[in-house]
Amino acid sequence: MFKIVDRKEMADGSIIMNQIEAPRIVAKAKPGQFVILKANETGERVPLTISDLDAEKGTIEVIYMVVGKSTAMFKALDVGDAYQDVIGPLGKPTDIEKLGHVVCVGGGTGIAVLFPITRGFKNAGNQVTSIIGARTKDLLILEDKMKGVSDKLRVCTDDGSYGTKGFVTDALKDVLENSRVDLVVAIGPVPMMKFVSALTREYDVRTLVSLNPIMIDGTGMCGCCRVTVGDETKFACVDGPEFDGHLVDFDGLIQRLRAYEEQEKEAYDNYCATMGNQ
Amino acid sequence: MAEKSTKKEKTPRQPMPEQAPEARRRNFEEVPLGYSAETAMTEAQRCLQCKNPACVKGCPVSVDIRSFVGLVAEGKFSDAIHKIWEKNSLPAVCGRVCPQEIQCEGECVLGKKGEPLAIGNLERFVADYERTQGSGELPPKAEPTGKKVAVVGSGPSGLTVAGDLLLKGHEVTLFEAFHKTGGVLVYGIPEFRLPKDIVASEIASLEKQGMKIDCDAVVGKTVTLDEIFEDGFDAVYIGVGAGLPRFLDIPGENLINIYSANEYLTRANLMKGYRFPEYDTPIAMGKNVVVLGAGNVAMDSARTAMRLGADSVRIVYRRSRDEMPARAAEIHHAEEEGIEMYLLTNPLRFDGDEKGRVTRMECIQMELGEPDESGRRRPVPIEGAEFTMDCDLVVVAVGAGANPVLTQSDPEIALTRRGYIIADEETGKTTKPGVWAGGDIVTGQATVILAMGAGRSAADSIHKYLTWGW
Ligand SMILES: Cc1cc2nc3c(=O)[nH]c(=O)nc-3n(C[C@H](O)[C@H](O)[C@H](O)COP(=O)(O)OP(=O)(O)OC[C@H]3O[C@@H](n4cnc5c(N)ncnc54)[C@H](O)[C@@H]3O)c2cc1C
Ligand SMILES: Cc1cc2nc3c(=O)[nH]c(=O)nc-3n(C[C@H](O)[C@H](O)[C@H](O)COP(=O)(O)OP(=O)(O)OC[C@H]3O[C@@H](n4cnc5c(N)ncnc54)[C@H](O)[C@@H]3O)c2cc1C
Ligand code: SF4
Ligand code: SF4
Ligand code: FES
Repeated sequence: MFKIVDRKEMADGSIIMNQIEAPRIVAKAKPGQFVILKANETGERVPLTISDLDAEKGTIEVIYMVVGKSTAMFKALDVGDAYQDVIGPLGKPTDIEKLGHVVCVGGGTGIAVLFPITRGFKNAGNQVTSIIGARTKDLLILEDKMKGVSDKLRVCTDDGSYGTKGFVTDALKDVLENSRVDLVVAIGPVPMMKFVSALTREYDVRTLVSLNPIMIDGTGMCGCCRVTVGDETKFACVDGPEFDGHLVDFDGLIQRLRAYEEQEKEAYDNYCATMGNQ
Repeated sequence: MAEKSTKKEKTPRQPMPEQAPEARRRNFEEVPLGYSAETAMTEAQRCLQCKNPACVKGCPVSVDIRSFVGLVAEGKFSDAIHKIWEKNSLPAVCGRVCPQEIQCEGECVLGKKGEPLAIGNLERFVADYERTQGSGELPPKAEPTGKKVAVVGSGPSGLTVAGDLLLKGHEVTLFEAFHKTGGVLVYGIPEFRLPKDIVASEIASLEKQGMKIDCDAVVGKTVTLDEIFEDGFDAVYIGVGAGLPRFLDIPGENLINIYSANEYLTRANLMKGYRFPEYDTPIAMGKNVVVLGAGNVAMDSARTAMRLGADSVRIVYRRSRDEMPARAAEIHHAEEEGIEMYLLTNPLRFDGDEKGRVTRMECIQMELGEPDESGRRRPVPIEGAEFTMDCDLVVVAVGAGANPVLTQSDPEIALTRRGYIIADEETGKTTKPGVWAGGDIVTGQATVILAMGAGRSAADSIHKYLTWGW
């Protein structure tokens, strides 16, 4: 059992942070890696990125958006409750090195995934510009934490309710026009990563994206998480989750993410109905 | 002598009572129902009690078949189980899944003229009898040695090592990457062929003998082999199986509803997708299902799809019937359940709809050509014989390779060109001192009994090491 020792609601309760006791994972985790969590006996195995850790307390932190039944069940867990299973750290760590100027672009809950990577690049001595965005002010997360690990931070909202009005790609274009950039790291909704990659291709700037295909085991055993990168099929859980954004077939990923649309809706509706009745 | 054998041959091989095909093709309950005590004794009495029993040579772990069958014939079921346990710690499993027709039963002299003795069915009967009505008495355990052994992987190979070393007085901890123990017995082989409570009860009995279980431990990621040694373990056995799915590398293979058999069976068995939405993991419910391959894994996938409500399930295999690697009983059961066989057929590509879901498969008819290195006649395409099959679910069951998660984490472990661990054939010793390996991660995907056999030899070698040194 893996106990929740701290919990916070963000973005009007649509995004949740959990700190979970997992000393063995803390000892190993590196930026870019993820864990798989299972709430109980009947639950799904859900991959979430390790967004931070506390070596002293032996806890990892995950931040997730409530999008379906499994994340809704996670949301119902309080401090003191426990996940039945937490498995990890999985995936390859980010290749962090001193490159010069690194631009970290995050959207939505992707900012949580981006944070430890940004900190890694900052600590490695890079100049870091971060661009984070959300649909609207209330949905923006981790602004302070991102500020703490960036030389410059730009904030955008789609509706202009906070920071600059517009998409992260607008701000990124501005940075690309006005400075030399050695690497872009883009993490967020798949369409966002797709647009960022299209933009950086024009400027010929290497771009890392973190992919989130549906997974089961997370250890390369099932092939569920396969994505097309260049001409090759890769397993995101062991070959990734980070890949060269210029080579990823984003449209294929978007399609595969919809594989269980109907079942997911059925499960979520059932869950909401039974919760409503209680 | 002559008179004796004519009398024995009069009793036919006792058929196994089974669920009727029409009923079972839509439920997940076990297909064979098991012998009654009377039937078991009648069957056991057919055994000629050969002086030099051929059957034993067919069994990879040399179960003393003649003796245990003799005990069954006399109704001494409890003595029979102890006889089997001397060589095989998971008889309830082996009785159900060994390919008996090419092993023990394939050698039985009764098979020369008539039907071989139903050794698998008898082994299963004895094990089930012990589990449900036996004394529950555990085998005697040696004095504690104070030595600690880590077993990585909880499939049949790891379980055998654990069981043997516990009895010899060592402390054993089982490390398992999944949230549940049992390996392929749990995530791969379906409930209707091997009920999961049987595996659970075998594992529970090892726990009663003191085995510790450490699930959610991906060795190579969560902990490394060196850290296991730092934690005070004296020896490590690696039995992590052949967990890397193979695909065909043909166009369209990443379309939605094309699964590896590992994924399909894991969703169905381990995650209990067939009980969605009570269990949260979904699984595609295909109406027109195609399964590629013709081994046990393919049969299990095809029969699972039928049970999940398919209208049609087709096995597509590029060689001919004689080369199908599945157990005879599985092929027979699959056909009884209405699964069709498309032999000498090779898939070429998949097409999908606008949502990226698979809708059809293009294939080509093959014919048998000249024999290849393996002596089997090589299938070659017939020119112009392409055709298409409509399908909404495809399961690729064309074999498995070595999963690199553990092996790549430790450079001291030498591997073959294809990524399998190099281990001494007799002892299971790897190139890293204190580390043994066996089962599918050494041999490539093989059988339960071979994985157990490798576990047994390694356990002997580990015991020697813990007593006398490497
Ligand atoms: C390596 C990795 C890291 C991730 N890190 C985070 C994170 O830090 N924070 C976060 O909020 N989310 C993260 N995700 C996505 C998260 O796993 C899914 O949002 C979650 O599984 C949804 O489960 P659900 O039952 O609540 O929703 P569902 O009802 O199952 O699905 C709702 C939506 O989520 C998508 N989805 C479903 N299952 C998965 C899955 N296993 N993986 C990815 N997407 C899925 C579906 O396509 C659908 O659009 C990550 C995914 C991966 C693969
Ligand atoms: C669907 C299917 C049907 C089959 N049918 C038959 C049959 O009828 N008869 C027969 O004889 N054989 C059959 N086989 C083959 C047989 O099951 C295998 O040969 C046998 O299970 C191999 O045993 P093993 O102990 O080597 O590995 P496995 O049973 O594969 O167990 C390995 C275990 O190690 C775990 N593991 C992997 N990596 C790690 C890691 N890094 N850290 C910790 N744990 C790890 C895995 O999760 C797994 O639990 C079948 C196989 C399949 C897939
Ligand atoms: S273990 Fe398998 S091969 Fe050996 S006797 Fe039993 S069923 Fe036959
Ligand atoms: S070969 Fe057949 S008849 Fe002879 S001892 Fe073995 S099982 Fe009995
Ligand atoms: S999740 Fe199974 S191979 Fe990646």
